[in-house]
Amino acid sequence: MGVLGRAIGLLVSGDPEVWFITWTSLRFSLFSSIIACAAAIPLGVLIALKRFPGRRALLAVLSSLMALPTVVVGLLVYALISRSGPLGKMGLLFTPGAVIIGQAILAFPVVLSLTASALSSLNPLLPEVLTTLGATRRGIFWMSVREARGAVLSAALASFGRVIGEVGAAMMLGGNIRWYTRTLTTAIALQTGMGDFELGLALGIILMIMALGVNALLHWVVRHE
Amino acid sequence: MRKATLVVLALCAALIPLSAQSARLKMATTTSTLDSGLLSVLNPPFEKLTGLTVDVIAVGSGKAIKLGENGDVDVVFVHDRKLEDKFIAQGYGVNRRDVMHNDFVVVGPLSDPARISGSAAAADAFSRISASGSTFISRGDASGTNAKELDIWDKAGRKPAGSWYKDAGQGMGEVLVMANSIGAYTLSDRGTWLAMKGKLPALKILCEGDSALFNPYGVIAVNPQKHPDVNYMAAMQYIAWVTSVQGQRVIRDYTVDGQALFTPDVIR
Repeated sequence: MGVLGRAIGLLVSGDPEVWFITWTSLRFSLFSSIIACAAAIPLGVLIALKRFPGRRALLAVLSSLMALPTVVVGLLVYALISRSGPLGKMGLLFTPGAVIIGQAILAFPVVLSLTASALSSLNPLLPEVLTTLGATRRGIFWMSVREARGAVLSAALASFGRVIGEVGAAMMLGGNIRWYTRTLTTAIALQTGMGDFELGLALGIILMIMALGVNALLHWVVRHE
Repeated sequence: MRKATLVVLALCAALIPLSAQSARLKMATTTSTLDSGLLSVLNPPFEKLTGLTVDVIAVGSGKAIKLGENGDVDVVFVHDRKLEDKFIAQGYGVNRRDVMHNDFVVVGPLSDPARISGSAAAADAFSRISASGSTFISRGDASGTNAKELDIWDKAGRKPAGSWYKDAGQGMGEVLVMANSIGAYTLSDRGTWLAMKGKLPALKILCEGDSALFNPYGVIAVNPQKHPDVNYMAAMQYIAWVTSVQGQRVIRDYTVDGQALFTPDVIR
């Protein structure tokens, strides 16, 4: 009965707290990547299809923003939503909403940069061809996304992977509150801090199963589309 | 497709309560109240009694008080008397009550390379650690324990600096685990030590009982005149609970391996 056994045991035993933590992680990551995708995919298509001065520089900046440190984002959002910050009135700090905002900001440049570079590698004549065939602007948008759907999906998955495994923003903005904002990563940090490496590792294995599961599911959906 | 996006956004809005409801009490506390397991027996009866949900944010006492100053929490439960007094003097905190106390202990490797075992004064033990250059791990996180540790270095007239002095910047549990892994000395509150010592086979208590190691815990409400949005009523209910006879009994009766971790201040 090794660590792997304990991880699987934790899941099948139906320990309500482990399930809640896993569900919280999944919920936060899904929402933040969905929000990031909704904003970043259209913008990424725009950047890829339009030619404008400073485009290369913008792409370089975007791809370096993919490496934005999670604690920096945590700190910035913290300063913004703390009661003594500009958005303090909303009382967002240490709530699920705060974590989702932070993680969406982390996911945004990942989706944007990967979408833009994927669509940039499409045939540059595609929009023109489509226009001569009588496609509307919206038509060009959807056909481009469709053409590069594999890469766009990868971008979405990369952003999900980025946020489900991050601990900085989740800890600073969520506060690791039991039954509320405790995620798999903050729970691992807590268990390790309390000297329970085995439980920490078991939770880590659950985290990897989650990430793998979501990836497999989305790939399956695309294949059977 | 617009519709699909709208549906997704509506789902997001419906599933995530974006702001805290008033039925939650946000409490910033030191890591020792959480790591020692006390809060997991002290808070549930309060939640049952009042219908409030207590959100525990466990950080060092210094940061906990900072969260109170910013109005990000409703109540703080900490152990750093100097900082607590400043917090109140500056008008951020009101209605401080003594809750409980225990003491700090100096723990170190079984082999005790600095030969501190038997020293009655913590300052003396610290002097020997520094003189022998044995590794000492400091919390380094502006926690109550960190403040106490720096006080003792001050008393010992030693400068906590050098390659033997590791400034970890972590919670009590993490630091004990680190000390256990590398055979180092550290200062711990007795509660966390007792709760965790089963996982720390390479460490033992080497100095205890000095009055300089006294460790009092207090609970303070965040001043609603500074921060009108704090849940002051809930904070006062919590203060009432931890200083009530029932709450104090929970503290008194909380044991790990048959040993009490904290002594309540209100009841005997």
